[in-house]
Amino acid sequence: MNAQLFALAVFDGVAYAALVFMVAVGLTLIFGVLRILNVAHGSFYAIGAYLTASIGGAIFAAGYAPWLALPLMFLAAAIVGIVLGGPIERLLLRRIYAKEDALQLLVTFAVFMILEDVQRLIWGTQPYFEATALQQLGNIEVFGVFYTTYQLVVLPLVAITVLIGLRLFLRKTLSGKLILAVTEDRETATAIGIDADKVYLLTFVVGAALAGFGGALASATTSVVPGMGADMIVLSFAVVATAGLGQIEGAAIAALLIGLGRSFAVYLMPELQVLIPYLIMLLVLLVRPEGLFGVVRTRKI
Amino acid sequence: MTPDVLLETKGLEINFGGVIAADNVSVEIHAGKNLAIIGPNGAGKTTFLNICTGYTKPNKGSVYFCGREVTQKSPRQITRMGVARAFQIPQLFSEHTALENLLIAAAAREQRWAPFMKLGHIPERDEMMHLLELVNCAHVSDRLVNELPEGQRKLIDIAVALALRPKLLLLDEPTSGVASSEKFGVMDILTRALAEAKVTSVFVEHDMGIVEKYADEVAVWAAGAVQLRGTPQEVLEHPDVIRDVIGEEL
Amino acid sequence: MSLRIAVPILLLAIVALLPLVAPWSQVVLTLALAKGLAVLGIVLLLHAGQVSFGHALFFAVAAYSAAFLGEAFAGGELVMMIVLGLGASLFFGLMVGLFVVRYRHIFFGMLNLAFSMIFYSILEKFYHVTGGADGMQVARPTVVGIEMERAGFETLLFYGSLVLCVAVAWCIHRFLSSPIGNMFKTIKTNETRLEYLGISARQTLLVGYVVSAGLCGLGGVLMAVAQGIVTPEYAWWIRSGELVFIAILGGAGSVAGAFVGAIIYEAVRVNAAAFAADVWQMVLGFFLLAIILFASRGLVGLYERLMDRLENKKPTSKETQDGRVPGAAE
Repeated sequence: MNAQLFALAVFDGVAYAALVFMVAVGLTLIFGVLRILNVAHGSFYAIGAYLTASIGGAIFAAGYAPWLALPLMFLAAAIVGIVLGGPIERLLLRRIYAKEDALQLLVTFAVFMILEDVQRLIWGTQPYFEATALQQLGNIEVFGVFYTTYQLVVLPLVAITVLIGLRLFLRKTLSGKLILAVTEDRETATAIGIDADKVYLLTFVVGAALAGFGGALASATTSVVPGMGADMIVLSFAVVATAGLGQIEGAAIAALLIGLGRSFAVYLMPELQVLIPYLIMLLVLLVRPEGLFGVVRTRKI
Repeated sequence: MTPDVLLETKGLEINFGGVIAADNVSVEIHAGKNLAIIGPNGAGKTTFLNICTGYTKPNKGSVYFCGREVTQKSPRQITRMGVARAFQIPQLFSEHTALENLLIAAAAREQRWAPFMKLGHIPERDEMMHLLELVNCAHVSDRLVNELPEGQRKLIDIAVALALRPKLLLLDEPTSGVASSEKFGVMDILTRALAEAKVTSVFVEHDMGIVEKYADEVAVWAAGAVQLRGTPQEVLEHPDVIRDVIGEEL
Repeated sequence: MSLRIAVPILLLAIVALLPLVAPWSQVVLTLALAKGLAVLGIVLLLHAGQVSFGHALFFAVAAYSAAFLGEAFAGGELVMMIVLGLGASLFFGLMVGLFVVRYRHIFFGMLNLAFSMIFYSILEKFYHVTGGADGMQVARPTVVGIEMERAGFETLLFYGSLVLCVAVAWCIHRFLSSPIGNMFKTIKTNETRLEYLGISARQTLLVGYVVSAGLCGLGGVLMAVAQGIVTPEYAWWIRSGELVFIAILGGAGSVAGAFVGAIIYEAVRVNAAAFAADVWQMVLGFFLLAIILFASRGLVGLYERLMDRLENKKPTSKETQDGRVPGAAE
């Protein structure tokens, strides 16, 4: 592997990690607060991508300015968060918080099955490709390698912004502090008068919007096809599990680890490309069952 | 080490996020002498039971049972050696009946792995019914345990521990959750069962009346350490205990 | 004989005799029985309170083992296929199980999913061995050395499967009533106490896990032979989801429900697939939600309720316990 290929692999890995992080961080945030693993999270990612690619394709073909690509992504994320995430939490998840884990998992799995078909009904099985955002920004040269500015600069910047923004939101704003309080100790938080319902809804909407945003960002770099949601939920779970459930900063590091592992596999052992993320996860869990940054909680007896 | 020492701890130390739950705890538990542990909440009494049964590993120090070191062993291994435990919050199989809870314990003790034998038909069934009678719960033997009142659940939890035929039984607040009018009744049942099974017990208790009546020895816990140990009379009349422990109970 | 016992026997007789009246039903029923065996594996795990989203892995492992055997010996032998498929699924169950029994609930479900996705991509990527996405043909095997015509083979396969299912269902029922089966169930309710009885929760779960993998394996071999082809789709997550769906539909925790659910599911799928092919998963999803939210004891639960009404009595506490759903809320 020469220096150029090495640089390429690193760039691929970083760009990919940025996308996976967007989805994984929403997943881990929702888990931290609601204690539910949202299997439908992969669908939010796919729908964000479909929305961006199909609306973008239509408006850019109609001659609208290309700079609209980024606002469109925010719009897609907002739609996923508010139109999809909101009602799902309000109407469905709220009924099952008291039920046992296996059933909660099944309910989000059912939502995932439904949304997979919804995508096929709306967008069919043809791939969508809409790379205006990518093309607009052109390429840059780093270490003698030409790479798209969008993937090498924009995606990582957005991911870092989200990471820092989320941290500030959770630590500095009232809503954020309420979310943290519920995460730390739900019973005490509700006992002192925090409206847990509102916190749950807010968290789920934000988490879903992050996944939608991840999909929107991804749509510029890859064709949008059926099944991308299924791949992404398992991959982002691998990231979240590697980091430790509920660990936001950890998810960023795990995403980088898995993103880089995967991109190096592409160049070195292409047939293992799909397996690497899982192998990394399995290795980490073998040594640390609670994940890299997870904390062991012993039951009080 | 004298031969009648059942369980011994040496210099146990542990803290949870700065709170000291065990500070150089060295205790000997003698066969046939029921030891009561008293002390204010947060003194480290449950932590002591957790360490003795391998649920929590101490930062320093060691635990010996019948002369063998068990500090790093799991609850499962220590249970196999003959230490059973009853819990402050009863730890039962909520979707099984009272009798089935005991039968599972008996099957575990006897290692009954035959895959086609019915649980209800194992040879220990009569023995387990007898045990339920002993704790006055025979009449609810076929009720699901999560339908039963807390007092009965505590007794069944103790019966499950006794079903293992342990050498040593650790009881975490056996009378908490039991109506105060029934506490002595529960302890009468319990001491009868313990005597019949020839089991030595260690019990954490808040009710000094119970301690006085049922304990052979008392150890006073405070701030993660044993402050005082002696007969119930010696301990309960000690001015420090009257001030710090009994005072708090009133 | 009480109605409650008569109805299941009657249903079993109808299933056994239906192909004589309606020949088209034979293949559908064989496929349903094959799936029912795999669903039984999921039902077993539900008794320990665990859901696996990846058990199609063991289904596929056994199906491909049978296909390889058939390829290696120009057709192969049915009994050998079953033995090899069962052995392979038990072995994979042990290997994967040693890892996943360290986890519960979310991790358990998702790690199973991850393992099945790994296997799925191996089946697809290593096409020179597995035939890739096209899969492998499974020629009609001999049966204890005898070559058979298609019609005779299919009939034999159906009745053979039926006998196998009844026998296996009885075994699982007995296992769940045994001491070890009851310890397995306590993984759902109180592992701490189980460990304090001197029993390893992980080893107990592992026993059930390996058995559940074997059940999926049996189903996989039957499915491979009945369909005459195996594809990576056998290991796909949608297959795993389907198994979980049928388990919940039949009545989570019910041995009989696994087969009742599978037969009804398969019958509806075959007939409805024509006009609902595009929305099939959506239909399943809504059904799953409806069952969980409104009829958490599934078809068997509905049957019990109907019988209670017919016999006009209220269930006693012992009966509610027998019919209790591992998935039901506390």
